[in-house]
Amino acid sequence: MTVDDRFIRVEADQDEELLGTRSEIITGPVSDWATDFSHLEPEWSADPYPIQDDLRQRCPIAHTGRFGGGWLPVRYEDVAAIAYDTERFSSRSIIMGNFRPPPELAPVGGSPPISSDPPFHHDARKLLLPAFTKGAVAKLEPATRAFCHSLIDAFEGQDVVDAAYDYAQHIPMRVIADMLGFPQADGPRFREFVESTLEGINLPPEERIARMGKLFDYLLAQIHDHLERPREDLTTFLINVELYGRKLEADHVAGTMALLLIAGIDTTWSAIGASLWHLAKTPADRERLLAEPGLLPTAMEEFLRAYAPVTMARLVKEDMSWHGADMKADDWILLSFPAANRDPAQFDRAGDVVIDRAVNRHAAFGLGIHRCVGSHLARMELRVALEVWLERIRTSSLDDPSAVRWSAGQIRGPRALPLRIS
Amino acid sequence: MKVQINSERCQGHGRCYDLADDLFGDDDEGFGQVLGEGVVPPEKEREARLAAANCPERAIEILEET
Repeated sequence: MTVDDRFIRVEADQDEELLGTRSEIITGPVSDWATDFSHLEPEWSADPYPIQDDLRQRCPIAHTGRFGGGWLPVRYEDVAAIAYDTERFSSRSIIMGNFRPPPELAPVGGSPPISSDPPFHHDARKLLLPAFTKGAVAKLEPATRAFCHSLIDAFEGQDVVDAAYDYAQHIPMRVIADMLGFPQADGPRFREFVESTLEGINLPPEERIARMGKLFDYLLAQIHDHLERPREDLTTFLINVELYGRKLEADHVAGTMALLLIAGIDTTWSAIGASLWHLAKTPADRERLLAEPGLLPTAMEEFLRAYAPVTMARLVKEDMSWHGADMKADDWILLSFPAANRDPAQFDRAGDVVIDRAVNRHAAFGLGIHRCVGSHLARMELRVALEVWLERIRTSSLDDPSAVRWSAGQIRGPRALPLRIS
Repeated sequence: MKVQINSERCQGHGRCYDLADDLFGDDDEGFGQVLGEGVVPPEKEREARLAAANCPERAIEILEET
C-alpha cells in the first residue's frame, strides 16, 4: 500500500493558520454590557438571560472593544437577519476570541463546513448530510439507550451523583467516538479538547496554539490509524470521499473531524445537562413528564428553546452601517441563538419554561444554511438520555444549588451538577 | 387543504416530519418532502398547521381550498 501523502504535510500546513491577526486579551469585570460585553466573564456564564433581556430593552445591538471589537444582537429579528445574510457576514471564524484567521482562509475556513461560506459551503456540507439524517441516526438509538442505562447502573449505591459529569457528558462522547471510529476510552481527552477549543479563548496565544496542536496531533494519529485499517466510519469516509473530482485536502479532513468531535460533544452534553437541571429544580414539570411521557418531545423543544446551548460567531466582511450599528470589516458578531430564543417579540412568555408549548419556532440549531448538521443526532441523544433518566431515577433534586457550575464561552451548559437521587 | 415546502427556505430541521409524519418525509439529505400530492385530509389539518407553525425557516406553505 502506498502512503497517502496528503497527511504527511498536515503539521506544516498548520503554520498558515498562525498568520491571522491577534488582538489584545482583555479580561476582568464588564463595566457596561452595552458597550463592553464579554461572553467569557463569570457573570455571563452563571446567568446570561437577565443581561440579554436588559440589552434587548435599551440597545438591541451591544458593542465591545474586547476581542478586537464586536457586536451582540439580542433580538430574534436581528439574529435571524445575520444568520441569513452570508453576503455581509462570513463564517471564516465561528469562535469569537482574540485571533482572526486570514481572509484567504475563506471560503473553506478551518473546520468546514461550519467555517465555510458559499458556494463552497454547500458542497462540503452535502458530503456530511446523509450520515446525519433522522433515519441514519435512528440506527444508533438502541446502542445509545443501552449506554445510558449502563451509566445509571453505575450510580448504584450513590445518593448524590453529578448529572453533568457522570451522565450527560458521556453520552455524546460515546456516540461521536463510535461514529468517527475513535477509541471509546479516549473520552477524557475529548473533554480536554472541548475545553481547550471553546473555553480557552483568553489564554495566551502560545498556550492556545499548543492546546489546539494537541487536538490536531490526535486527529492526525487517528487518520493514520484509519489509513492502515480502513473501516466503516466517518473518518474513513472523509479520507476517501471526493469533492470536485478529487479527495479532500488534509486540512479539510482534519478540520471536519475536529468539528464533528467538538461540536458533537459539548453541545449535546450541555442540552442534556440543562434539561436535567431544569427537571431537578422544577418537580412539577418532572412529575408531569412521568405522568405524560408522550409530552417529552414537546418539552424537549422547550428546553432547547429556553436553554439553547449554542451561540455562533460571524465576521463582518466590509465596513457598513447595519441596523444603526457602525460595523467595521472584521468586527465580530456574537450570534446568540439563546438570546433570540428569549425575545418576547417572537415568543409568548419568553422567559418562562412552558413544557407543553405547542408552537415553538426556536432557533437552537441555528437558522439558514448553517443549520446544525447534527440536529437530528442531538435530538435523538437528548430524548433517549431524558427517557432513560426519567425511567430509572425516581426523584432528583439539586443537592447544593451553589455547586452547579456552567461552562464559559459560546457553548453553555452545566459542567458540575450534583443531584440527590433515589 | 394542501401543503407545500419552499425548498429555497427548507434547511432540513425536520420539524415537519417529526410532527406530521403522515404528511411529510425527508430526502436522503434530510430536507423535508411533501408526501404524495400534499393533499391534507380534514382530520390531519391540525397536524399540518402545527408543522407549519413550528418550521424555524417558515418553509411550509398551507394552501386553503375554497
